[in-house]
Amino acid sequence: MDYLDQLEAEAIAILREVAGQFEKPALLFSGGKDSITLVRLAEKAFRPGKFPFPLVHVDTGHNFPEVIEFRDRMIERIGEKLIVGHVQDAIDQGKVIEQKGKNASRNPLQTVTLLETIEKHQFDACIGGARRDEEKARAKERIFSVRDEFGQWDPKRQRPELWNIYNGKIHKGENVRVFPISNWTELDVWNYIKRENIEIPSIYFSHNREVIERNGVWMAAHEYLNMDEDDVVVTKSVRFRTVGDMTCTAAVESEKTEIDDIIQEISQSKISERGARMDDKVSEAAMEDRKKGGYF
Amino acid sequence: MDILKFLTAGSVDDGKSTLIGRLLYDTGSVLADQLEAIQKSNRKNDDGTVDLAILTDGLKAEREQGITIDVAYKYFQTEKRKFIIADTPGHIQYTRNMVTGASNADLAIILIDARKGVIEQTIRHSYLVSLLNLEHLVVCVNKMDMVDYSEEVFEKIHADYHALAVKLNIHEVTFIPVSALRGDNIVHESLNMPWYKGKSLLDHLETVPVREMDTLLPARITVQWVVRPQTDELHDYRGYAGRVLSGAIKTGDAIKIYPSGTRSTVARIETFDGDHNIAEEGKSITLHLADDVDVSRGDLFGEVERPPIVANEIEADICWMDTRELDTSATYFIQHNSRVTRCKIKEILYKVNINTLEKVNADTFGLNDIGRVEIKTADELAFDPYETNKRNGGAIIIDSRTNVTVGALMLRAAL
Repeated sequence: MDYLDQLEAEAIAILREVAGQFEKPALLFSGGKDSITLVRLAEKAFRPGKFPFPLVHVDTGHNFPEVIEFRDRMIERIGEKLIVGHVQDAIDQGKVIEQKGKNASRNPLQTVTLLETIEKHQFDACIGGARRDEEKARAKERIFSVRDEFGQWDPKRQRPELWNIYNGKIHKGENVRVFPISNWTELDVWNYIKRENIEIPSIYFSHNREVIERNGVWMAAHEYLNMDEDDVVVTKSVRFRTVGDMTCTAAVESEKTEIDDIIQEISQSKISERGARMDDKVSEAAMEDRKKGGYF
Repeated sequence: MDILKFLTAGSVDDGKSTLIGRLLYDTGSVLADQLEAIQKSNRKNDDGTVDLAILTDGLKAEREQGITIDVAYKYFQTEKRKFIIADTPGHIQYTRNMVTGASNADLAIILIDARKGVIEQTIRHSYLVSLLNLEHLVVCVNKMDMVDYSEEVFEKIHADYHALAVKLNIHEVTFIPVSALRGDNIVHESLNMPWYKGKSLLDHLETVPVREMDTLLPARITVQWVVRPQTDELHDYRGYAGRVLSGAIKTGDAIKIYPSGTRSTVARIETFDGDHNIAEEGKSITLHLADDVDVSRGDLFGEVERPPIVANEIEADICWMDTRELDTSATYFIQHNSRVTRCKIKEILYKVNINTLEKVNADTFGLNDIGRVEIKTADELAFDPYETNKRNGGAIIIDSRTNVTVGALMLRAAL
């Protein structure tokens, strides 16, 4: 079997296990290519039926407008339920405090809103688009990853995962994060998007944008980014390799406007995908620490 | 292009991390930012070259606490194939880790230190490869640079290992002399061992056939989910969503629903991309039956000619994976594909000393113990003997108090 068929079949089987094993699952949708791929896989798993779960989006309020517009159009097309959790609400209620300084980002604040949304709706399983090739803390992640009441990932409590048998049994209050595309690489996702002709937000393709240089990468110059007189705004042809909060997602210089070119560019690229994420650069164990705190 | 999933068995001392690092490095799978991180590190080999073992380093939690988490997955690809490496580090929980990694692997690489030859650890690793029934085994005799690339040393280990393989009923073994540190016969063929006429490790991994026979096995399809849209247009629609575990299924095929044994016929094989006349091993599909029969999640569709074993008293090999010992008086959950029922482990037939392969008497099983047991399940299971069809012969034991996976079962026969 071709590798994309193999990966697809595995992901569909995992999604169906979620439907079969949990009472109140949800699909976490970020607007990025990985979660868009999950939506297509859910269509493959459950059509002509409805999805046995809603989509959940944690909106930092600092998302790219192109992504929000894309999200709403996609929901309209697939006719499924969307629940939005707003980080702004948590800020307004004083549950979290916005970071200050040049590198301030709402990205870390998402975790609180995510955990609150899970608790409010009593979700027992949250499907996410994380992949093991992204980062070494994720390389050790199970496909069914049990989190305690506080959303914490305990690397020592990981259940052995044998064959294609997924143990989703949990106690009340615990929940499971499920990663159907664990075994996909960044390139696999792009090749699948191409094969399936899946629409993705326009910011993945090259466009002219006002950017500033920060720590060796290009950041979108925007009201959400704290800038000072040292920052020089220039217009560059750029595209984004991941879609996150505007304040922590760096752009790469690119002239590529076709998916084939992007696939070509990524296969030759010398920087890993997460190399363009400021949130991982903070320390060597940044992702590991965030995962323990309940992040994806 | 297809995917090969493989497992590497060996400890740090055997150069396992260096071997994986070498594969990633020499295939150009290490990206600039990762390479930068390696070069920044203080760890260097004696000759000043970068220590490739860093590429497989663990988490902060592991380093701080001296623990290892069962399996880390690594990905790389060449022009010919995609590879998923299950890297199972650790000494203490090695059995549990390796069983977990091996359950999803097509091939195992066992590392032998050329200076040490076949040792206790080699026996242990090889036993697990045979227990988990991996399709292929590669023995890499590593550190050949430390024995002057001696053919004699290699041949001696080859002969010693062959005797072990016969004992373990392992049929197909490929031997490759390598130096992971120097790169001999890993990706590039070695100039230091002209006497070796075989392939380099990567060349072998790229060309070995994968899962060729699985479509010839009896058809087995799990039922994971029943699709019932219950809309006006699709009022009578009822599709059984699941995966073809083994074999192939065609429209018009007579099937039975197990464990009940009810007969029906495949009316339609549906996917999101359209209908198909045939679905082979590995595919996720939605089946429609010709008759209105009772089917629910956890059932198994199987062919009539070659039926699975249907039983609730089963003999099985078990690998215990929990620090809390097996309790023969306790009720556990057993999960076999999508079917979950309760079970008791009624009797321990024997435990295997995996260093000597001796069968010994035992009252209980602790972490990493392996042996033969008799189990009784509340509902019947429809399974195939693990040695003939591992896609329908494996099951897990779940502790009903903690919900943790505590055991792996290789189902063998009905009692």
